[in-house]
Amino acid sequence: MNAQFWLIQTFNGLSYGALLFLVGSGLSLIFGVMRIVNLAHGSYFLLGGYVALSVIWSTGSWVLAIPAAALAIALLGLVMERLFLRPLGFDPLRQVLLTVGFAFLFQQAALDIWTGNPFDINPPAALSRSIVVGGLHLPVYRMFMIGVALVIGLALWLTMEKTRLGATIRATVDDAQMARGVGINTSLISTLIFALGALLAAVGGVIGGAFLGVYPGLDFEMLPIAFAVVIIGGMGSLGGAAIGALIVGLADNFGKALFPEVSYFTLYAPMALILAVRPTGLFGRE
Amino acid sequence: MTNKLPEKLASRTALFVCAAAAALVLRPLPAAAQQELRIGVIAPVTGIFAQVGADMTNGFKMYLDQTNSTFAGTKVVPIIEDSQAKPDLAVTKARKLILQDHVQMIIGGVLATEGYALAPVSTELKTVYISSVAAADDLTQRQLGKYPYFIRTGWSSSQPDHPFGQWACDKGYKKVVTIGADYAFGYESVGGFQKTFEDCGGQIIQKIWPPIGTKDFGPYIPTIKADADAVFSLMVGPMALQFPKQLRDSGFTKPILGGTVSYDEAALPFMGDEAVGDVSALQYSAALQTPANAAFVKAFRAKYGKVPSYFSETNYSTAMMIDDVMKQTGGQWPGPEAFLAKLQALHVDTPRGPVSFDDMRNPVQNIYIKKVEKTKLFGYDKPELWNVVIRTYPNVSQFWTYGKDAFLKQPVYSRDFPPCKYCE
Amino acid sequence: MSAARIKILAVAAVLAAAALIVPHTNSFIILLATRAFAFSILVMSVDLLLGFTGLASMGQAAYLGIGAYLTAILATRYHIGLGWDFWLVLVLAMLGSALLAALFGLLAMRASGVYFLMITLALGQCVWGLAYRWNSLTGGDNGINLSQRPKFGIDLADEATFFYVVFVLFALSLIVLYTLVHSPFGRSLTGIRERELRMKVLGYNTWLHKYLAFIVAGAFGGLAGVLWAHTAGIVGTDDVVLTTSVDALLMVVLGGAGTLIGGVIGAALVTFVREYLSTLVHWWQYVLGGIYVLVILYLPGGLMSVPQRLREWRTASGAADKGVVMPAPARGAG
Repeated sequence: MNAQFWLIQTFNGLSYGALLFLVGSGLSLIFGVMRIVNLAHGSYFLLGGYVALSVIWSTGSWVLAIPAAALAIALLGLVMERLFLRPLGFDPLRQVLLTVGFAFLFQQAALDIWTGNPFDINPPAALSRSIVVGGLHLPVYRMFMIGVALVIGLALWLTMEKTRLGATIRATVDDAQMARGVGINTSLISTLIFALGALLAAVGGVIGGAFLGVYPGLDFEMLPIAFAVVIIGGMGSLGGAAIGALIVGLADNFGKALFPEVSYFTLYAPMALILAVRPTGLFGRE
Repeated sequence: MTNKLPEKLASRTALFVCAAAAALVLRPLPAAAQQELRIGVIAPVTGIFAQVGADMTNGFKMYLDQTNSTFAGTKVVPIIEDSQAKPDLAVTKARKLILQDHVQMIIGGVLATEGYALAPVSTELKTVYISSVAAADDLTQRQLGKYPYFIRTGWSSSQPDHPFGQWACDKGYKKVVTIGADYAFGYESVGGFQKTFEDCGGQIIQKIWPPIGTKDFGPYIPTIKADADAVFSLMVGPMALQFPKQLRDSGFTKPILGGTVSYDEAALPFMGDEAVGDVSALQYSAALQTPANAAFVKAFRAKYGKVPSYFSETNYSTAMMIDDVMKQTGGQWPGPEAFLAKLQALHVDTPRGPVSFDDMRNPVQNIYIKKVEKTKLFGYDKPELWNVVIRTYPNVSQFWTYGKDAFLKQPVYSRDFPPCKYCE
Repeated sequence: MSAARIKILAVAAVLAAAALIVPHTNSFIILLATRAFAFSILVMSVDLLLGFTGLASMGQAAYLGIGAYLTAILATRYHIGLGWDFWLVLVLAMLGSALLAALFGLLAMRASGVYFLMITLALGQCVWGLAYRWNSLTGGDNGINLSQRPKFGIDLADEATFFYVVFVLFALSLIVLYTLVHSPFGRSLTGIRERELRMKVLGYNTWLHKYLAFIVAGAFGGLAGVLWAHTAGIVGTDDVVLTTSVDALLMVVLGGAGTLIGGVIGAALVTFVREYLSTLVHWWQYVLGGIYVLVILYLPGGLMSVPQRLREWRTASGAADKGVVMPAPARGAG
């Protein structure tokens, strides 16, 4: 276990964590603002990947695929929120179960539309290389994933902290009734956040599609991981999602590398323990 | 009293619905026609293995289409049931097929769990069960005695890996690291390779077991020992796509030896150029340059839009085998025991080559060592990734060269067997 | 007769009819009915938690798993449970699951709401991971095959006999749970579901109530597991996978949470669609998903609330005809 080993594992853990941040941030926002546990989030992730594939197949452009998929899934999220979740009012359990019902529908629809073959999203050649630094082979794509997560994280943070819109959102999160009292259109904010959450998941799916693949079952595989991120970091906290993503990425990576015997538990055992000790997650608020 | 009316209405409606449902489920099922061969096909039609199920049923259906669904004058009625790759559903559907639909045989099952679940049903209900895909070793080895109505037309998990280990040793590899999916199928494939490789003088110096469904091999790749000459991988489904890519991205340049399904045509067309040069071993390659296979591949691709994987070929050749038996009996169903005996006695020329059966009802067939190349084959105009055959081992049984009794004395391949004597 | 009395009689009548008719249908129907009734025991335990205590747990399949694996391991390795000792195994399974629930409950009860959901999910996944990895005990992903059903005076290998045994145990579970939820303990649970703070203020040890409910649910999950193992004849990791827990939850909501029998209706419906409809059409997933979505959207009380909805609709429209404005009926009544 020399220095190289630790460096590459840290790098791998960071890049995996970056992907998890993309998936988890949307989930965290949705819960923070709307108190909805969106179990269709994994579906948004996967559908983002599938839509990107369709765009790439028809136009050949990977660059175009990212915004196209993001907007398409954001639209899907918007429709789902407006037409299906909104009418339920504030009923967390039914909302959760409604999202599950949709997750099943999405899974079957994706199978019917795109077949069940396993796909890969192929990024441009420039991103598919590896660069050698000090004897370490660092895939450029992993660095790209870290970059994207940083940019998006920064953009989200700046929006939340420095813009009027961000202040409005934060007000809605803190106290929806007061926010309504000062004239904030909280229902519009809710829809916006849900669509944004879906968008982030879709971007994760496109970016992740080159790394994890796009295949049936990925939606329900990503879901518990996304939840681990959000739970550990704390629901409703963007910074928490970032920390959670880092922790899960690194812990999962090092756990599997150092203790391969318990690979099946490296995700859930820490999650259960953290929740047992701090039920709202490390930075969560209730 | 008025309160009761809506309830009465509701209960009447409920009663009506129940009656309708009862009528639906109690309707007499058509008795099996005299000259009909009813075959139950159990495959995942929905769920995450749906594509595998589609590949399986398409292969089977293609043979039926080519013979107009008639075997030796007898009409063949295939009944496809969705197991969703869940063993308890597979059992439920199998019982339905046998007890309600009066099928003469059931075919299918994908996962080892399904195979292990369906085999006892065949024993209990005295119906032929042909496993065209489910490859768990012990079904035709130490456990065969429990399943007198069971026969395999596909393969056993370790069957292709035995010659592969020999080939790797002959090629000059001395130290190999194995990385295989952490479940029974992975253990059996790696075990088969390890046994012959080490018996020939090679050394397995490390065994890595990523959980099934692993997407990020980042944690495992840097732990691969530097003095390995090659890596033996056993990757299933989407894992097969990601592993070679991630391994090459990490700067690993040594050869990858892919066990069984790691480079099968269910995954290969979706891989990239990083797979070129990787070698694997299986009883089928779509690139097999024989007239029978060329015809099969071209017909399948024209009809279903993809190069056939072994899932399709094995079901196609199973249909062919059933046809051959029916030809011997003049189209009459000879009863399960006689059918099995005749099937076991067959020598068939299938798209994968010549197939016969050993006395444990597992196929004896060619194993192809194949190498991924980007080339044009069968008259297609674009260069694509194909598993070009570089070496054929004929007449490979599930016991390789060990002899049945010697082989059965050792335990079934597991995570700890063969033990990793040279693990550093 | 009171509405409650009518309901009980109606339910008893339907169940009795099912018990009488099913064995005279065909093998497939008997098998499906057996599966539905066995799984219903788990579903009712989920309803105990969800509908009566207000705890949404996504990890109840773990207890089904304990019961099922225990049955399978005892039967195949030690040949225990295939005779009169079947009843011993039943009791052991319930105790084993209750024990696990007691252990998990200590961790899970620290959380509430969505965090409770998550922690039960994580704990359930740990059981799944254990089942997968502990090859020597559980058979790993190959699972364990039970080669025969128990024989004690009657031979459970006969499908009709086995159906009756499952049905009787189901009916007993229903009666026990019904009595429980209508007992003072049960009413406290309902009170906790509605207003936990008030219950605390009134001096109830709400934590203990919830904990006990969790253990009882676990015990019934174990019972379901024993029957589940013998119904399918195989036990594997699919029994403890996440979707099994989610299925149970969905069945409760589909049928109507807080009614016990609602979960049974949900289980019957889902079993029918998933295992019977799937033999007829391949787009059954859309039917199932569609049913979930529609019921959740438009029938908050599940399918069991249909009679009440009809009643309300009738009274409202009847009153409108007479020109009387009716106030909206109180929710949660009946």
